[in-house]
Amino acid sequence: MTILEPIDAYPTRRIAGYPVRAGRSLPFGATRVPGGVNFSVYSNHATSVTLVLYREGEAEPMAELPFPESFRVGSVHAMTVFGLDVERLEYGYRVDGPRLPWQGHRFDPDAVLSDPYARMLTGHGPYRHRSRVALDDFDWEEDRAPHLPHEDLVIYELHVRGFTRHPSSGVSAPGTYAGLVEKIPYLRELGVNCVELMPVSEFDETDNVFTGVNYWGYSPVGFFAPKASYAATGREHMQVDEFKHLVKELHKAGIEVLLDVVFNHTAEGDERGPSISFKGLDNATYYMLTPDGHYYNFSGTGNTLNCNHPVVRGFVLDCLRYWAAECHVDGFRFDLAAILGRGADGGPLHNPPLLESLAYDPILRDRKLIAEAWDAAGLYQVGSFPHYSRWSEWNGRYRDTVRRHLKGDLGVTGELATRMVGSPDMYSRRGTAATVNFVTSHDGFTLRDLVSYDHKHNEANGEGNRDGDDNGNSWNCGQEGETDDPAVLALRARQQRNALLILLASRGVPMLLAGDEIGRTQLGNNNAYCHDGPLTWLDWRLREENADLFRFTRRAIAFRRAHPVLRGGSPGSVHWHGVRAWSPDWSAHSRVLAATFDGGGDDCVYVATNSHWESHTLELPEPPRGQTWHLFADTAAAPPMDAFEPGSEPPLANQSQLTVGPRSVAILVTH
Amino acid sequence: MSFTMKMNVEGDTATIRLAGELDGSSAPDLNDLVTQAVGRQVGRLVLLLDELTYMSSAGVRCLVFAHQKLPRGSQITLVGTKPEVAETIRLTGFDRSIVMR
Repeated sequence: MTILEPIDAYPTRRIAGYPVRAGRSLPFGATRVPGGVNFSVYSNHATSVTLVLYREGEAEPMAELPFPESFRVGSVHAMTVFGLDVERLEYGYRVDGPRLPWQGHRFDPDAVLSDPYARMLTGHGPYRHRSRVALDDFDWEEDRAPHLPHEDLVIYELHVRGFTRHPSSGVSAPGTYAGLVEKIPYLRELGVNCVELMPVSEFDETDNVFTGVNYWGYSPVGFFAPKASYAATGREHMQVDEFKHLVKELHKAGIEVLLDVVFNHTAEGDERGPSISFKGLDNATYYMLTPDGHYYNFSGTGNTLNCNHPVVRGFVLDCLRYWAAECHVDGFRFDLAAILGRGADGGPLHNPPLLESLAYDPILRDRKLIAEAWDAAGLYQVGSFPHYSRWSEWNGRYRDTVRRHLKGDLGVTGELATRMVGSPDMYSRRGTAATVNFVTSHDGFTLRDLVSYDHKHNEANGEGNRDGDDNGNSWNCGQEGETDDPAVLALRARQQRNALLILLASRGVPMLLAGDEIGRTQLGNNNAYCHDGPLTWLDWRLREENADLFRFTRRAIAFRRAHPVLRGGSPGSVHWHGVRAWSPDWSAHSRVLAATFDGGGDDCVYVATNSHWESHTLELPEPPRGQTWHLFADTAAAPPMDAFEPGSEPPLANQSQLTVGPRSVAILVTH
Repeated sequence: MSFTMKMNVEGDTATIRLAGELDGSSAPDLNDLVTQAVGRQVGRLVLLLDELTYMSSAGVRCLVFAHQKLPRGSQITLVGTKPEVAETIRLTGFDRSIVMR
């Protein structure tokens, strides 16, 4: 077979000593083509663009190639450069244009900018923002996304480095994508079927004026580039391969991969911040600016990405398509997503074009889209986020309600009922997949800390304990922080189980914070974004220490998997009870709530929660279809009797009554 | 920067000795040689790597190329792989159906 050689695979001229020809405008970024690399970059306000090439690690460029006027189509500059050794190449762009900050233009020809479409950045050292050309071929074998129904997900939110960086992790490449691969058997054992990775695209780890450390990664630098320092092979510039390998292995285990993506701001900050990419490329297009050229700050980090500008919209879409199509990622969680619904002047839009584009995009059609439906400037859209019947939301009201119930607040029983059946007050027309339920997330207390601290303890963050949420609805169970008081510890153990059980028996998509199943603590720090150390790394010795809690969580997840009625169903499949069967007590002083979820057959579950400090004896409804009640879980019981293997639940001796202990949750099932 | 290789086919086994740097510029040559070996009906490929000083990501890709070119079920054996190269191959999942000695 002869291969037809393309007729444009030859240079037409030389620039700065390099053979080149006019490039192709699409795709944007640096793409390998026969014999060379096609570089394509756009800027609506630039007057000139120069491609700057470096031999890797060298301070001075090996060549600067100005884009000739004839290589430009519209505002897109494209050039194919031949004969480059792409594996030892670093590149960037020098862009000139008006220097009129009061009109929004901040061009600076002294800066060499990273390519916003770069698939790789160098990622470390003094030249960490330089772009690199990725080899994008990969052996996916027969990789297929698990394509789990959205409502069947059990999401596990984790930090790639923190999950295995601790010496106790026992993996061969701690703190990396490859390290996470080694922990897949653990995830399988726990039973989660979806991981949500906190930001894995290149961010600036030093972006923090208080401690000099940004651990979480909500500070994006390279949107298309998997973080090199999360790859054991980052030094060999194989982070793209290592990341894809992680996705492939998770898929083999039936586990979906969601990425936490940050499109609300960048690491460039405000006028005082560095010029890394967008700021020098086309500041007035990429950022929301006041009429006199200052940065709007809806993100709380200095700048706000101008997401609904048609150019930026296109960029975001290109980026998500890349992760979905090229990296096989199954969905996204959008950080501070309310910003994605704001217009160029910052005002919320009724029909935000970006959110609509994502909802209807053909490549993203089957991918999960989850919004953190609020922002740092007070726009709170939980229940009202523009969803196009596609988007789901982090349900902040679920978190707040369950926490208040757990600590015994009065007047929340009615709302708890609503939250436990998928928050139909907000999502009735969208089904249970619309709500992502959670009690804890990376942002705030861990579950153990939620029951161990009344107050945040963020002194180590360097802001005099002023940072972090003040309204965490936490309760320390009698003593602040670490204690050896057995009564306090017993109550805390029960409260953690109560939270997990309510979460995993609620309709909607449950999300667990990694480590909560083995009692991870941050010693009361509820905003640990700035600590890359033992405070935030998962200590795997807890797996043994809290083996009881792990087993309990595993069983609760398995129970959910065994009972479709907990994941969805008609409103008529839920019946409410109180101390008396069929008589729920919705009054403000009630702390007891019970419900049957009846999906027919063996799929009938009775859930009772008592946040009162005294036990209550509840009259049980007659089990349907002549079956009998069996006990799946009772958080008042000592382990391992706190939960049974689903399918092997022992029958209840007394079929007409159930005593629910002080601050306890119990679950029955029919057989 | 130099790269040399030498192939020896005995029975159904092709043995290729590599020396120097296997990178983006030399990888196509190795792929050509593997294609030749496949043309001679080999079912086993042995790569002798002890004289290889460097293997880039393009070089690692040759392993997948060979795996895809060789008949199903063929074995690829790497001999004398440096520990750090072996680690890179393993961590990026390129070790599928490859034996490292």
